Amino acid sequence: MNILLKGGRVLDPASGLDAERDIHIVDGRIEQVGPSLSVKNAELIPMKGKWVTPGLIDIHVHLREPGFEHKETIETGCQSAREGGFTAVCCMPNTNPAIDDESVARYVRQKGREVLGGIVDVYPIAAATKARKGEELAPIAELVEAGAVGLSDDGAPIANAEIMRRVLEYSSMFGIVVIQHAEEPTMTKGGCVHEGFVSTRAGLSGIPSVSEELCIARDLILLRYVPKAKYHVAHISTRGAIEMVREGKKKGLSVTAEVTPHHFTMTDEAVLTYDTNTKMNPPLRTKDDVEAVIEGLRDGTIDVIATDHAPHTIDEKEVEYTVAPFGIVGLETAVGLTLTRLVKPGILGPLQAIAKMTTNARAVVGLPQVKIEAGQPANITMIDPDETWTVEASRLRSKSKNTPFSGMTLTGRSIGIIHNAEMYRRTS
Amino acid sequence: MKLASRHLLQLEGMSKEELTLILDTARSFREVLERPIKKVPPLQGKTIANMFFESSTRTRLSFELAERRLSADVVSFTTAGSSVSKGETLKDTARNIEAMKIDMVVIRHASAGAPHFLSRVVEANIINAGDGQHEHPTQGLLDMHTLREKHGTLEGLRVCIVGDILHSRVARSNIHGLKTMGAEVSVCGPRPLMPREIERWGVKVYYRLEEVIPQVDALNVLRIQLERQKSGLFPSLREYHRYFGVTRDKTEKAERSLTIMHPGPINRDVELSADLADSEHSVILEQVTNGVAVRMAILYLLGTTGSAATSPEKGA
Repeated sequence: MNILLKGGRVLDPASGLDAERDIHIVDGRIEQVGPSLSVKNAELIPMKGKWVTPGLIDIHVHLREPGFEHKETIETGCQSAREGGFTAVCCMPNTNPAIDDESVARYVRQKGREVLGGIVDVYPIAAATKARKGEELAPIAELVEAGAVGLSDDGAPIANAEIMRRVLEYSSMFGIVVIQHAEEPTMTKGGCVHEGFVSTRAGLSGIPSVSEELCIARDLILLRYVPKAKYHVAHISTRGAIEMVREGKKKGLSVTAEVTPHHFTMTDEAVLTYDTNTKMNPPLRTKDDVEAVIEGLRDGTIDVIATDHAPHTIDEKEVEYTVAPFGIVGLETAVGLTLTRLVKPGILGPLQAIAKMTTNARAVVGLPQVKIEAGQPANITMIDPDETWTVEASRLRSKSKNTPFSGMTLTGRSIGIIHNAEMYRRTS
Repeated sequence: MKLASRHLLQLEGMSKEELTLILDTARSFREVLERPIKKVPPLQGKTIANMFFESSTRTRLSFELAERRLSADVVSFTTAGSSVSKGETLKDTARNIEAMKIDMVVIRHASAGAPHFLSRVVEANIINAGDGQHEHPTQGLLDMHTLREKHGTLEGLRVCIVGDILHSRVARSNIHGLKTMGAEVSVCGPRPLMPREIERWGVKVYYRLEEVIPQVDALNVLRIQLERQKSGLFPSLREYHRYFGVTRDKTEKAERSLTIMHPGPINRDVELSADLADSEHSVILEQVTNGVAVRMAILYLLGTTGSAATSPEKGA
């Protein structure tokens, strides 16, 4: 590998650099970064008008392996990540068996290294409790040693206050983040859409916003009681939740939050079609909540954009709304939605948006930062901010096609990634 | 004038003209039902499947009767529980039935939106006979028809729906249909059984029956289910009956005579006292008769404007 990325707009949140630069990469290492480099024998990749960013990371992905390989495998999930512009993913532990044992964590890491030449890093997030049941602590120390970068029972909340307290205490010894799927389960039984006027219209059982907010309120109180624990709110979706995280940050609590592209793009009105690709947990919320999400992204209350990529097969999704599983795929639409919905309208500047998919995200899960500097390994995402394209579910690289965005026209798309001495350039 | 859709999925979104067309058509079928020979030929050669994924006696009988009186060929099945628990998906079931060359499907299902889903995966006309807690459009229409026949017009008529609004598809269809026709609709029931933000439909919410009774022309009394008590939505049937049960001592405070409706089956002396159910105020049996007429109207309007499955072009 000997390439010269010529004239791209380098957006490097770690250093704050936002300028046209040439980047010379040899065998996966950045040799030189500078304005108008001239290098002999290097393959020239014209990047004029394109963005060059540190490799994007999605810290909330379901790769489904082991156990649900009919939905996705580590390999197909990484193909989807690669197509979407991600050089790293953190995968959630709701597999079968769950990632609640070091052997499973090691298996996932190893498999990640083996597929696609290792161009996408796979970092397991381990279960916080055994079998994600919320009853007993998972072997957290061993899981950390096996490479887990976070702890979560995602898909289910850590609902028991006593267990949550102990998870925060135990995890704090290792500085590993606890990622909460915030939900008060006694209030959400049978619910499948946001509780409000739309659930009333649709006749579907509701998931009230207070169920998310109660869980976060309790956790923030616990967090104050357990200093040095790191707490991260997965897929935040309500105004009240965002306000609490904002307050928590002001008080100096170690709290961070992520939001999915669908929660800043869609409102619960979409469920009135009964298209099961509008069914996810947390559910699509109201216009007012989406406005709060946008505000939270703008003022930094929401640190990270993460997709909650949740593959399900067509047969699993093409059923009655009430019995369909929650979740949609997201890796291949994340960049497009972020640029179209946040950057283009000026809600986030390009550097801010990229930070939410790179530096901020890596900080949450405690991974070393990626820099675009001479001497660093080349870990890069290339984005065409002006490419206008139409999402087609059938053309997704993910094994599953469950997206509500099919047919939607987006502006902005990954054109390729470079990582671990491998380069991938999107062909279609 | 034709209906805008080839399906009857919900009353929400239907225009006043469409609803009037259905009610006017129902009126002429109501006359047919008074004749010595009650059968007419418009759906001769059409095949209708009644797919009831939830047990039902009166709605299914009413549909079957309506279909036969229009000379359609009829097949029916009832299966309790969701199709998924049986191991076959709703989509497969529907496609199998369609492969038997069915022109129209009447579906009742415990999951809201199941008829909408079917309308996307099969070609037949779909009629919603009740989907989860969403809508029960033919019940809404027969309630409207009954009120219109009794009171002459729906415009300005004041109707209160009493009971478990949250779980009621009958309430939703009534609200949409009656509001579109110009009626004033209110709801009354315990607050935990009131859906969130229901006021946004322009209905008034009451928590005391005594307060609303003097202000309305008709009460549509919903069935209360014991299982709601178990999930903590109200304390007991006794207390429910005492505060929300429609009884003679409460209705006597009405200044004029009230019309009392109930979609059935009635829990006598729970949501409605037995003597009122059988009184001169009650139009409950009228509702049942009108149900057949309204369903004939729907089947006729949807079935005679040409369904894709049987149109010659499509069959070629």
